[in-house]
Amino acid sequence: MEQKITTPITSEVSSKLHSGDYCYITGEIYVARDAAHKRMNEALERGEELPIPIENCTIYYMGPSPAREGRPIGSAGPTTASRMDKYAPRLLDLGMKAMIGKGKRTPEVIDAIIRNKGVYFAAVGGAGALLSKCIKSSEVICYDDLGAEAIRKLYVEDFPAIVVVDFEGNNLYETAIKEFSDL
Amino acid sequence: MKTINTTTICDTVKEMCIHANHYLSEDMNSALNKAVDTEKSELGRKILNQLKENLDIADKEKIPICQDTGMAVFFVEIGQDLHIEGGLLTDAINEGVRKGYTEGYLRKSVVSDPIERINTKDNTPAIIHYDIVAGDNLKITLAPKGFGSENMSRIFMLKPADGIEGVKSAILTAVKDAGPNACPPMVVGVGIGGTFEKSALMAKQALTREFSARPTIPWVKELEDEMLEKINKLGIGPGGLGGTTTALAVNINTYATHIAGLPVAINICCHVNRHITRTL
Repeated sequence: MEQKITTPITSEVSSKLHSGDYCYITGEIYVARDAAHKRMNEALERGEELPIPIENCTIYYMGPSPAREGRPIGSAGPTTASRMDKYAPRLLDLGMKAMIGKGKRTPEVIDAIIRNKGVYFAAVGGAGALLSKCIKSSEVICYDDLGAEAIRKLYVEDFPAIVVVDFEGNNLYETAIKEFSDL
Repeated sequence: MKTINTTTICDTVKEMCIHANHYLSEDMNSALNKAVDTEKSELGRKILNQLKENLDIADKEKIPICQDTGMAVFFVEIGQDLHIEGGLLTDAINEGVRKGYTEGYLRKSVVSDPIERINTKDNTPAIIHYDIVAGDNLKITLAPKGFGSENMSRIFMLKPADGIEGVKSAILTAVKDAGPNACPPMVVGVGIGGTFEKSALMAKQALTREFSARPTIPWVKELEDEMLEKINKLGIGPGGLGGTTTALAVNINTYATHIAGLPVAINICCHVNRHITRTL
C-alpha cells in the first residue's frame, strides 16, 4: 500500500506502517553514517548529550557526494545499514523512531524496533541522483571534519522509501524473497 | 619509439574518473532495459524503472549515478615499446584521480589507514594493477568500485575434489549472503584458478568485461549461463525486495592453478557497474 507520511515519525505513525508499504516521506530527517555513529556512541559513553534531538528522530544512513553550485546536495542514496547495527538499538531505546538505509539488519536491531515501535525503511540503493531530487535543503549540523560523514539535517519532499521491518518485526527481505524463490 | 608525457595521462585519468561516475557503458544500459521487460515482480519493475530514471538524471544534471563514487581501481596495460616521460606513471594516475574527484564533485571515500581512518580528502591513493604487453600503447581501464557490494565479495579455497559443483555452490553462497546489501541487480565477477590473489584479481577484472564478449572456453560460457539463471531464481530481486532480476550478468575468468587447489573468488558489483577504457 502507498502512504504519504510526514516527519516526525511518532509511534502513532509507525504503528500504521506495514512491511511492504511504499512510502513518500516529507519533512526533516537527519543524516549519519559510520564515523558519526561511532562519535555519537562515544559521546553517550562519556555521559554527554547527543548532538541531534533523538526523540522521534529519523536517521538516513547516507554520505552524499559534494553539491554543485546552486544545489542543496550531490548524489544521495542510502548506504548499507548493517554497519550501523552495533549502534542502532541504543539509539532506538533513546527515542529514535525510524531508519532509512539498505540491506539486512541483525536480530538485535529488529528486537529494538519491536520494543520501541520503530520502523526500518529501505531506499533504492544506487539511485543517488534520483533520490537527491527529493532533498530540498541540507545543512551540516556537526562533525564537519568528517566530510561526507558529517551529521546533516535534510528537508525532504516525497522521498520514496519502502517499509522493510515494521513495528511488529515483519521483514520484507525475508518474505519477498520467499515469494519469488524458485530453487 | 612512441613517447607519452605524464601530463596527458593525468588529464586522461581525470576525464575518465568524471565520465565513469556519470555514465554507464552501453551493455549495462541495455541489460537494465531488458530486465524491466522480464522482471516478474511489480515492485521490482518499479525499482528497475527508478534505476533507469536515475541514469537519465545523472546524465542530464551531472549528478553522480551513485553517491559512493568508489575507490578508483585501474588496470593498466603498458606496451613494452612505449616510453613514458615527465615523471612516474603511478604519480600521474594518482594526480588524475585527485583532480577528477575534487574538480568533478565526486565523493572522497578513501582513508589513509584501515585502523586510524583519516580521510585523504582527494580519493587517493588509487589501486593500480600493471601489466606489460606487446606494442607501444598505454591502455588504461578504470573501474570505480563502491564498497556496499565490495564488502559482500568472497574467496573460497576449494579442494580439487569439489570440482565444478563446488564452484557453483560457492558462487550461489556469495550471492545469497550478499542479498539486499549489494544493491541488486548485481553483476557477478568470478575468478577461478590461479592462486589466492590471482583469483581475486581475475574476479575484479571480469567485472570490466563487456557482456557481449563471451568466454571462448565452452564450460566457462556454459557456467556463466547456468549461474545467471540460478542466481535469478534465488528470489532476491531488485533492491533485494523480491523478484526475478537478481543479477544482470555473471562474468567468469579462469587461469591455470596448482595440483592441490581450486581457488574461487567472487567479486560482487551493484547495478552501477562502472568501467571505462582509454587507449593512448
